Amino acid sequence: MSEVSDEKLVGIVLVSHSAAVAASVAELAQGLSGAGASVPVAPAGGTGSGELGTSAELIAAAAASVDRGAGVAVLTDLGSAVLTVKALLAEGDELPGNTRLVDAPFLEGAVAAVVTASTGADLAAVAAAASEAYGYRKV
Amino acid sequence: MLDADFFRRWMTVTAASVDREAERLTALDSEIGDADHGSNLQRGFRAVKDALEKEPPATPGAVLTQAGRLLVSTVGGASGPLYGTLLRRTGKTLGEAAEVDRQQFAEALRAGVDAVMKLGGAAAGDKTMIDALLPAVDALGESFAAARDAAREGAVATTPMLARKGRASYLGERSIGHQDPGATSSALLISALLDAGPGDAEAGGGE
Repeated sequence: MSEVSDEKLVGIVLVSHSAAVAASVAELAQGLSGAGASVPVAPAGGTGSGELGTSAELIAAAAASVDRGAGVAVLTDLGSAVLTVKALLAEGDELPGNTRLVDAPFLEGAVAAVVTASTGADLAAVAAAASEAYGYRKV
Repeated sequence: MLDADFFRRWMTVTAASVDREAERLTALDSEIGDADHGSNLQRGFRAVKDALEKEPPATPGAVLTQAGRLLVSTVGGASGPLYGTLLRRTGKTLGEAAEVDRQQFAEALRAGVDAVMKLGGAAAGDKTMIDALLPAVDALGESFAAARDAAREGAVATTPMLARKGRASYLGERSIGHQDPGATSSALLISALLDAGPGDAEAGGGE
């Protein structure tokens, strides 16, 4: 899902209970963001055995795969996806050092994060852009 | 005193107990959750038991830290990070000691429960595992038997509660009248301490 860039871009990990949802949101976010194709994005969806759920191993592998040295922003759907990332950050050493769980709506936040990361923005700016997606009113 | 072997037996007894009660846990979870609590915990504690038998860690802290790490990585549902954090933080708090007494264990388990409350944002009375674990930790200084009784009573006491955390909270008032699956499995975990032995007197610290 990613291409290696000379510029150090923030990596994005998308964690969903569903492998299909995580992969589709990754594809959509990169597709909608034009230059976003250069941003390293990795989905981590479902359990390792293809069922609905959360896999710490898939999350750790996805985070390692998008880490270019500029930090990794992790967006999640809900429940065990949120708790698993929090548990890995609080208690473990399985995630790259500069990894952050971003408080953001999953789809809109992913688009905002990928677009912002494609500009070369740092992790704090990527996280802020994704969080601001909570404010995109539709009606 | 409690050594690494005791904590390994605790995990083995818990695995057997979760095996035996998996259907009941899943049945409770099908009332107010997504009907996977029994099978998820079964997968997790089997992985813990297998790993600890294959390569037994040398200290109490290492046993619980490894068990917690495995639960986070194998369970696949919210109980993985919650129980994983409970055991991992308890293990880290026990440090490198080769043996600990029951008081030290009680203090470490309290740190574990605090970490779970921070992770999940749950407090007493929210109809979660915390409602079994908090009274159990309070009673653990007295004896393993007192902790078991407190955990069981805490689990039963979740039945009339309104769920405020997790998937059950979406059900609002319909969550009332069902015993919480997480509190029920927490009572199994605490009850397993008694069967892992040694007796309360040998465990020391409170008499």
